[in-house]
Amino acid sequence: MIRQIKYLMLKDIQLELKQRYALNGILLYVISTIFICYLSFTKIIDTSTWNALFWIIMLFASINAVSKSFVQESKARQLYYYTIAGPQAVILSKIFYNLILIILLSLLCWAFYSMLIGDLVLNKPVFALALLLGSCGFSSLLTMIAAIASKTNNNFSLMAILSFPIVLPLLLTLIKVSKAAIEGASIYDEGMYLLVLFLINIIIVLLSYILFPYLWKE
Amino acid sequence: MKKHGWKILGALLVLYSIIAGFLVVIPDLPIVHESLRNIFFHVCMWFAMIVLFAVSLVYSIKYLSAFHQENDIIAGEAVNTGLLFGILGLITGTIWAKATWGDWWVNDVQLNGAAVTILTYLAYTVLRSSIDEPHLRAKVSAVYNIFAFVMLLVFIGILPRITDGSIHPQNNNQSPFAIGSLDNTMRLVFYPAIIGWIIIGVWIMQIRVRIKKIKEEINSIE
Repeated sequence: MIRQIKYLMLKDIQLELKQRYALNGILLYVISTIFICYLSFTKIIDTSTWNALFWIIMLFASINAVSKSFVQESKARQLYYYTIAGPQAVILSKIFYNLILIILLSLLCWAFYSMLIGDLVLNKPVFALALLLGSCGFSSLLTMIAAIASKTNNNFSLMAILSFPIVLPLLLTLIKVSKAAIEGASIYDEGMYLLVLFLINIIIVLLSYILFPYLWKE
Repeated sequence: MKKHGWKILGALLVLYSIIAGFLVVIPDLPIVHESLRNIFFHVCMWFAMIVLFAVSLVYSIKYLSAFHQENDIIAGEAVNTGLLFGILGLITGTIWAKATWGDWWVNDVQLNGAAVTILTYLAYTVLRSSIDEPHLRAKVSAVYNIFAFVMLLVFIGILPRITDGSIHPQNNNQSPFAIGSLDNTMRLVFYPAIIGWIIIGVWIMQIRVRIKKIKEEINSIE
């Protein structure tokens, strides 16, 4: 199965590098959103506002990035994957691929955001760790929601509706941790919340692993 | 008669809780005063909602293990009925909040938790209505139901720890009207009321399931 995951992931990455349209599109989306925020706020000095705006941009950009995971490929090609790979391999490969995409996205988002809106983060390693765990959570949760939404008629708006209430436990914990990191809390102070984030990630991946086969087999 | 006994019990319990709820002598507590009687209605709505959503979860799991279309109909209608009780709970809650806390909506753990729960299940109904093919709809919505239920449990487990305490009366503090510290006369109304509303909720759900089945039957004939 690990081999299946590897090949499916390589396929996704190659497809992406060949077309360049998803990656470039999403990067441009982040940059222009941050630029709009810059034009409307110029600088933000308040840590809660800085933090909240950052995570809202991240959430919307991630939804945008992940939403095409299952719709860009034709029915016929999905049938082909169905014959050569197990459903678990399909969902895990998509999650890993989206993870790489969202990590790239979050780093770029952080860099541009600090550059334009102001760099307020005092404890950078803890913030980076929160960003990494957040990317994992976003990629696994949104990939699963994208799989659900791809079965419906209006994929994109449903993707947002379905994911907002479910993403909240993750998002609120992330906002809590990263706000503490911005204000300079050490990793020992925030250890509990980081552990909670990690556990949420595990729950989401397990659920996807168990439930995705029902979606895959039509 | 034997078959319908539980329905009569439910109707009698609710009738009793409405009459006794307005007539029984309640302790005169500061701030809440007579609005305390709302506890016989407001809290029961949430109990009925939780039971119905749990029923929906059970039938979603049942559907995924055997793929009987009937289980899907029950899961869907349990959510619809649960949403009815949730919205009634919100309405009775906002009226009570206006009377005691001075505002229709306050930033409180339990209020936000209730709002997110209702949003999640509204999303579930939108998901159901956006798929036409019955088998696909059943499968996709069952998967979402299980996924969303687990994430809601996580949310309700995490929320109190990352926000400030609730202003709702809690059992652990010395609040005079927390559920655990109701006086005996109030308990005599409160517990039957909860059971009665849960039975009424299940009854409504059962009727809705029958209507839905008849509608699908008619559709398949046409």
